[in-house]
Amino acid sequence: MNLFNIPSNELLQHLINGLTLGAIYSLIALGYTMVYGILKFINFAHGEILMAGTYAGYYFYFFLYDPSKGATYTIGIFIAALLIAMTASALLGVIIEKFAYKPLRKAPRLAPLLSAIGVSIILANLAALFFGTKSKKFEYPFDNSSMQIGGSSITPNQLMILAVGLIMMAGLKLFVDRSRLGKAMRATSQNQPVAALMGINVNLIISLTFAIGSALAAVAGVLMALEYKVYPTMGTMAGLKAFIAAVVGGIGNVNGAMLGGIILGLLETFGVVILGIPQGLKDTIAFTVLILILLLRPSGILMKNIREKV
Amino acid sequence: MLNFVLLIFIYIGIYAIASLGLNLIVGYTGLLSLCQAGFLAIGAYTTAVLMTACHMGFWESMIISGFLASLFGILIGIPTLRLKGDYLAIATLGFGEIVKNVILNWDSVTKGPMGINGIPGPSIFGTTLSSMDKPEWIVIIWVGVVVTYYFIRRIVRSRIGRALEAIREDEIAASSMGINTAKYKIGAFTTGAFLAGIAGSFFAAFNQSVAPLTFDFMMSIMILCMAVLGGLGNSFATIIGTIIIVLASELPRLLGISHIIPPQLNQILFGFILVLIMIYRPQGIIGRIKLNYAKIVKEEIFDLEK
Repeated sequence: MNLFNIPSNELLQHLINGLTLGAIYSLIALGYTMVYGILKFINFAHGEILMAGTYAGYYFYFFLYDPSKGATYTIGIFIAALLIAMTASALLGVIIEKFAYKPLRKAPRLAPLLSAIGVSIILANLAALFFGTKSKKFEYPFDNSSMQIGGSSITPNQLMILAVGLIMMAGLKLFVDRSRLGKAMRATSQNQPVAALMGINVNLIISLTFAIGSALAAVAGVLMALEYKVYPTMGTMAGLKAFIAAVVGGIGNVNGAMLGGIILGLLETFGVVILGIPQGLKDTIAFTVLILILLLRPSGILMKNIREKV
Repeated sequence: MLNFVLLIFIYIGIYAIASLGLNLIVGYTGLLSLCQAGFLAIGAYTTAVLMTACHMGFWESMIISGFLASLFGILIGIPTLRLKGDYLAIATLGFGEIVKNVILNWDSVTKGPMGINGIPGPSIFGTTLSSMDKPEWIVIIWVGVVVTYYFIRRIVRSRIGRALEAIREDEIAASSMGINTAKYKIGAFTTGAFLAGIAGSFFAAFNQSVAPLTFDFMMSIMILCMAVLGGLGNSFATIIGTIIIVLASELPRLLGISHIIPPQLNQILFGFILVLIMIYRPQGIIGRIKLNYAKIVKEEIFDLEK
């Protein structure tokens, strides 16, 4: 195979790199899309919620990290750190919703958006103030030397990202499609007042949505941190790109967020290889994709074009 | 000390031009734009390049800077303005980042992360101003502010302004009243970009240097805070907001305690301004001046009865 003059072993390599990146975007994008589905509003602080959770996980892991205690111990505290990160993000997400968004539910569209931007700035700068701007290394819980598969090298961490991403997304899909709460969630996103009339506690569902979305973001944050370290602005660019992924797939659509994340991850990886876009301008790819998708198919790949009604 | 006060007045003036432009976009038309710093950067770099590499005068460069920024305003506006506000916010945020990245990487023109130094001052009545001539600068920039203020006042009190406010209140209703919403939205966006370009031009010429990292996302947020704090959709309030924000961010330096106060506190303050103003006083500290139609009608009837 000689697509675009790339040797096939390199092609596989880029494919894997793109998929791991995409899995991370998908996990973050789910939070945007679920919140948008229910509240019709973009949670600008999502990336910062991710960052805060990752810091919580990082500090837990950092204080207990002790390579002399063996591999089982390390993996154990890593899983615990992951759970702590998820809990911290989920709590933060719910608290932010209660204080900064809930009072603005009936306000004009601009108000919650501005409030969310405010929250994201507060969180990023508080983190810089308390944890310092220097990036911190999140030690791998396992030996991360790469393996050779089909002429391309894959690190165990990449495999873990793919596996965890897959498990989380499958779990979420099952939850939303099969469980009673998932059904309540779908009902709330379709029609809030009617859902409330059917006895669904809308406020609880909204809190739950924020909690789940934020917890998924924290997972992505910890996985990201293993590769790219922990720092106060780690969530900003990842959050923006995940948002673009959500738009690409069709915002408000859970399947779309997963698909959009993967597509964006692959586009970014292959854009650098095939189009020869310099690394410094790599972020430009995602924003170009956003503008193109808004022009060509504003409701995203998986959504039907619905006209806005009065 | 006096020098520092003059400096603050100059910065207030420069930011006021940019925030008045943003207020036209966000306050009057209801579009959330997060790339005012990007337009400022385009204006500043255009002026810097034209004055250093092409040896043009300041005033020509300033006009070109404004028009170039508004050209980019049209370019970013056409694809995104057909869409709802949330998308526009993200697209403009992305555009701001792209501008910064291009400036950082386009070494041959922008000198990359080093920025451009040695930008000459503007010449006026045969003398060339330097950064030291602060009183003259204040006059020039505040003339700019006053012109901008009246320019925007003329716009918003005309048919155009009413169309913009109609779009802000309800876009669908506005378009069913025959308002070409895309045209007006792009118009507002372009005008705001033009003003940011002019502000950027002043910024470059006054500082005599430009560096890419000045024009980051936080600058856009700062300008947004100016409009939000004063009162969206009120030009006078925006100027008040600008004064408060610039004073608040320069106060530690003025009091000589800037080494104790970490820079993050400032930005945390901006964040709280956005959240608290939105929740408790969405119309800003000054508020929005509304035409009181009931009063007008009553007076008309009163006149008729007389």
